[in-house]
Amino acid sequence: MANLRDIRRRIKSTKNMQQITKAMKAVAAAKMRKAQEAVTLARPYSKRIKSVLGRVAVVSGGVNNPLLEVREPKKVAYIVISADRGLCGGFNSNIIKLATQELKATSAEISLITVGRKAHDFFVRRGGSNIAKQYVGLGDNIMYGTVRDIASFVIDKYANQEYDVVYLIYSQFVNVMVQKPLVIKLLPAEPPAAAGGADESKKIAYIFEPSPEAVLAELLPKYIENAIYQGLLETKAGFYSAQMTSMENATKSASDMIDKLTMFMNRARQAQITTEISEIVGGVAALE
Amino acid sequence: MSEKSQRLEIVTPQKKVFSEDVKFLVAPGTDGELGILPEHAPLITSLNIGVLRIQQDRDFIKVVVSGGFMEVRNSKVTVLATSAERVEDIDVARAERAKQRAEERLAEKASGLDMLRAEMALKRAIIRLRAVNDK
Repeated sequence: MANLRDIRRRIKSTKNMQQITKAMKAVAAAKMRKAQEAVTLARPYSKRIKSVLGRVAVVSGGVNNPLLEVREPKKVAYIVISADRGLCGGFNSNIIKLATQELKATSAEISLITVGRKAHDFFVRRGGSNIAKQYVGLGDNIMYGTVRDIASFVIDKYANQEYDVVYLIYSQFVNVMVQKPLVIKLLPAEPPAAAGGADESKKIAYIFEPSPEAVLAELLPKYIENAIYQGLLETKAGFYSAQMTSMENATKSASDMIDKLTMFMNRARQAQITTEISEIVGGVAALE
Repeated sequence: MSEKSQRLEIVTPQKKVFSEDVKFLVAPGTDGELGILPEHAPLITSLNIGVLRIQQDRDFIKVVVSGGFMEVRNSKVTVLATSAERVEDIDVARAERAKQRAEERLAEKASGLDMLRAEMALKRAIIRLRAVNDK
């Protein structure tokens, strides 16, 4: 049986750890609430832009736009969004796992745009020569400027035929317990089907101001920006909820550990007392 | 003025800014200002950086929008703006700072993309300030 003092020391250090994980859990919970709110607030815009784009695409069917052009996928770009920090269970590794699977599946020339430190570090360790652009340390407030930056980067490359397909890999925030890594095709843009079926929207003769081409040319980049923005927000919200859950688990394991150690300590103490008593009894018996 | 009204929604990527029934609105379209009354024909337009004027009773409410779209359909107007803020909410000091920063950058004559960005920033700041001062 371990020494009494050692056990006491371990209990103390476990308690300290528990305090830290508890604090981290509280912080993550607060930040998650904020991030979740941001996701909810961003939903109306992305819903509307999707439906407007769907209707515009149906009405202006014949309009050519470089972002709609489908090419043979020889050069593929992946935007991988992860968190900047760890201590969130399998959250980052799930995203990275999906990304590696995707990368393995294609035979095309691959470029990577990494968002978040974890994804970047991972791909750097694996060679990392194909990282075209990286964004780390985005912080808690996602700046729309950063989003615009990423979007204009891939749009330029796509328009210049440097990329043939662009995918976005991020973690979908389903609810607090479930985050699902997801791949979506960003470019060529695939306008979503208009709500209520295509037939209904065909009937509406929209007036386009200044012209269908101009509207579509402005609408598409906005749509792509929004998809990236949505991805960032959801990943952020997912990260904090994953961190909260894993910190809660850590706090619970720390309690279990403390209970177990306390039991050991009591046992050790009892054993010590028993030994002492039997020594005294033995000493008295020897005197008589 | 007619009793009819139309629903106006202004949404930005960050949040829904405005969602109320209005009588009349004037939007800053790329090809000039457009006035929209209820039962307007279906329309989609891109918007300039500018002031959106909304009439509910008698007075106009002003909202500064910077770029985006407007869709009109079934007396429902949806404005999808990159940013939108009511004139009352504009931070004058911040707009002044932004204006100054943009002017400095333009004076430095940075590379092409930065110039474009600075010009846009300057335009936004000027329109914000003008909207505040007009009140």
